[in-house]
Parts: sequence; C-alpha cells; structure tokens
Amino acid sequence: MSAKKIVVDAISKNFGALPVIDRVSLEVRDGEFVAIVGPSGCGKSTLLNIVAGFERPDRGAVRIDGVERIGPSPKGIMISQHGSVFPWLTVQENLMFGLNGAGRRDKMALADRYTAMVGLKGFETAYPHELSGGMLKRVELARALVVKPEILYMDEPFSALDALMSLRMQTELRRILDEERHTVLLITHDVEEAINMADRVLVLSPRPTTIQTIFDVDLPHPRKLSTPEAQGLREAILKELGL
Amino acid sequence: MSKIITTLTRIVLPALVIALLITVWWIVVARAENPIFPTPWQVVTGAWELVKDGTIWEHIGASLYRVGIGFGLAFLVAIPLGLWMGWVSGAYYTFNPLFQMLRPISPIAWIPVAILWFGIGDLSPIFLIFISSVFPMIVQTTAGVRTIDRRYLRAAANFGVSRWVLFRRVVIPAVLPEIIVGMRIGIGVAWLVVVAAEMIALHSGLGYLIMDSRNAGNRYDLVIASMIIIGVIGLMLDGATRLLERLKTVKWRYVR
Repeated sequence: MSAKKIVVDAISKNFGALPVIDRVSLEVRDGEFVAIVGPSGCGKSTLLNIVAGFERPDRGAVRIDGVERIGPSPKGIMISQHGSVFPWLTVQENLMFGLNGAGRRDKMALADRYTAMVGLKGFETAYPHELSGGMLKRVELARALVVKPEILYMDEPFSALDALMSLRMQTELRRILDEERHTVLLITHDVEEAINMADRVLVLSPRPTTIQTIFDVDLPHPRKLSTPEAQGLREAILKELGL
Repeated sequence: MSKIITTLTRIVLPALVIALLITVWWIVVARAENPIFPTPWQVVTGAWELVKDGTIWEHIGASLYRVGIGFGLAFLVAIPLGLWMGWVSGAYYTFNPLFQMLRPISPIAWIPVAILWFGIGDLSPIFLIFISSVFPMIVQTTAGVRTIDRRYLRAAANFGVSRWVLFRRVVIPAVLPEIIVGMRIGIGVAWLVVVAAEMIALHSGLGYLIMDSRNAGNRYDLVIASMIIIGVIGLMLDGATRLLERLKTVKWRYVR
C-alpha cells in the first residue's frame, strides 16, 4: 500500500527557450489518487505527458515501480480532455482494441462486462458518432479499464462535459475505483473535482511550474463538498491559486 | 409536407431546368434553320439507331474497359505509395516535390508522349488514364495519413499494439475517407481523359464515336448523343464511388 508507484525525480522541460517545468519532484503511492491543479498554461498537461511517457523530460527521470520510464505502456492509460475513442470502431471493438492474448470470445465477454460496468449495456454495436458526449467518456473510461492498467492518467477528463454530467462521471469513477484499485494521477482546473476525488491535491505554480503546495484530503467517501472541512480546503486551495 | 418539398427540390426542379434547356435548344435550332446542328428529336432518333445496331454498347464497353484498367492500375500504385509517403517522412520529402510538379501537367499534354511510347492501340489511353488519376490519389492518401489526429496514434501507442495492428486498425480506417475522396477525383479525371484520348486515333470508344460521327458526314446528332451519354456515365461513375461513403467504417467522417 505504501509502495512508491510513481516517482518523479526532479524533471525539467523547456519548449525552445521557454522553461515550462522547473525541477518538479513528486511521489505517488500504490493505489493513491493524486490531483494536480494549477493556473491554465502552467504546464500541467506537459507534466502528465512526461509521466505517462508521451514526452521526454530535458532533465530528471520518471520511475514506475522503480523502473525508469522511456515510453508509453499499457500499464498506465491516458484519458484526455478531447478523448481518443476510435470513431471507426464500434463500442465493443474499441474496448477489444487493447486486449491481446485470449480468444476472441473471451475478449468479447470481457469487453461486454466493462461496457455494462460503465452503464452502456445495449450499446455494444453502436458507433461513437451515435453516442452523446457523456456516453463517449464512458466508452473511453471502459476502454482504459478493460486492459487492467495499474495507473490511470487523466488530463481534464470531464471538462468537456456539462456540470451535471461531470459530477455524475466523478461519482461513477469513484464507484469503479472502489471496485478496482487503480493509482490515479488527475490533472484538473476544477478545485471541487479535485477535493471530491483525490487523496492528495498538489497545487502548481505558474510557468515555469514547480509544486507550490500539497494538501492532504483526509475525508471519507462519499464526500460532501458542503461540509465545513471541504469548504475550508477549497478556500485554502483557491487562495494558493491566487483567488 | 417537408417530404413534398424535398421531392420538389430534388427531382422536379432539376428536371424542369433540363426540360427548359431542351425547349430553348429546340426553338433556337428550328428558327436558325441551320442544316447541321440537330434538334433534340434528331439526337434521340440518332441515338436509337446506334442502340439498335448495337454499336453504342461496343463504344461504351471500350471506354469503360480502358478506364477500368487505367484507373485500377493507378489505384494499385497510388494507395501503397501514398500510405508509405504519408507514414515515412523521408519518402515524403523525397518524392513529394516530383509528384507536385507532375500533377498540374494536363494529361492531354502527355498524348504525344503516349503515342511515341505505346503507339495508337489500347495502351495509350490506358497510360493516359493512369497518369491522370494516379497523382490525385497519391496526394490525397499521403495527406490523409499525415493529418491523422495525433490523439488516435497516441492511444494506439498507449495500448502497446503491434505495428501491424496499428496499421490495420488505426491508420487504414483513419485514411479511408481520404482515399475515397482521392478515388472520386481520380475516376472523374479518368473519364474526362479517356474521351479526349480516344479522339486521337482509335477505332472504338465514345471519344472515337464523336470524332467519327463528325468526320463521316457531319452527323452532329450522334455527336450530341455521345456527349449526353458521356455525361450520364460520368454521373453514374461518381455515384458508384460515392456509395463507398456509406460504408459503416467511414460514416464518422460525414456526420456532424
């Protein structure tokens, strides 16, 4: 439980002459849910892309389970703001995309189980353009979960949804995480989303970004944002963000 | 109510425009008393002659055969080449300038070269059709691969799939709509070119029919009839290619 799943060791990244990330170090324990908030354009997404292996840091290293990360792997699946559900495949085919080994029959059964888990039973043969934005997010989530990743990287996953749907998806994700323990690294600009979901909230500084403050969210699930503790935390985080 | 309006705008109005055009043509010809230019009725009877003795089918068959072979060869060359150029930057930078330079040369300009290389048999028009349709298909396919949304490639890389699966399940379906656009352009140009090529020196095909009708005693009724047939077949070829857009795996590109 306390094993270090992700170790980010003093990474820096420049875009040309522009320093974006300045010696950021952080550790995420196995099964921990860490949210990262920061002002827009501060390099949150770049940081997550480096941790997930899509980009290389200029200096420093990322270690997953003690092994240095050199590229993306199915061990950690990224869910991004714009989504990447393949529009030319059905829901079922999308879920089966990342599955290897096993027979076709087993893969289909597994895909259907996860489709049902995110509440899309009956839509297995639908194409993405036939689904709503919220349903599409569920497909994306199910496609990530079906390969049984140890880590979920989420880059503002629900920000394209309306407020109600975003809240519903947060509850849904929390329920799924109670069933299957994943380590989660969430990037968000929504402070309430961070408090609602995370065990720890990291606040990043403006560019070149460093970790400014760390908040522990020691509240039981399901959380109520209206409690004085949650409200106090929210105000403290917003203050760190300069609001 | 809206269904009636749809039928009206999609069928009745275009038909009215064509009817109006034929009427104007008829009146103008009747008044001008030009002995050479035919009335619409003379075109119909002329065309019927060709249908009755069966020669029209031979000409249509000959033209379609040349388009089929030339376009088919162009497809077989253009799609793999386009995919390769789109995927491998080195190939793109090596070949793209050459193709961009060859592309704007009118296929008609190749006619003397074609006659020199292939004589005046079937091979010349087939070569011309190949030349005219291969470049648009290469360019479209290449552009299609190069503009695949990066998030799909990232997702595929994230799931750690093999290069073969990446190609078969991501690259090909992502490019397919672009390939279909290339095919539509290619078949359109091919049909334009076959008629022009057949006017040079052959003994069959719709292009030959036009030149032969003029040379054999100013049979302009047959010239006009051939032109109309060429138009109708061109429309049908485009319609057939457009059917590909209904494939379930490319529909995503045409909604919203």
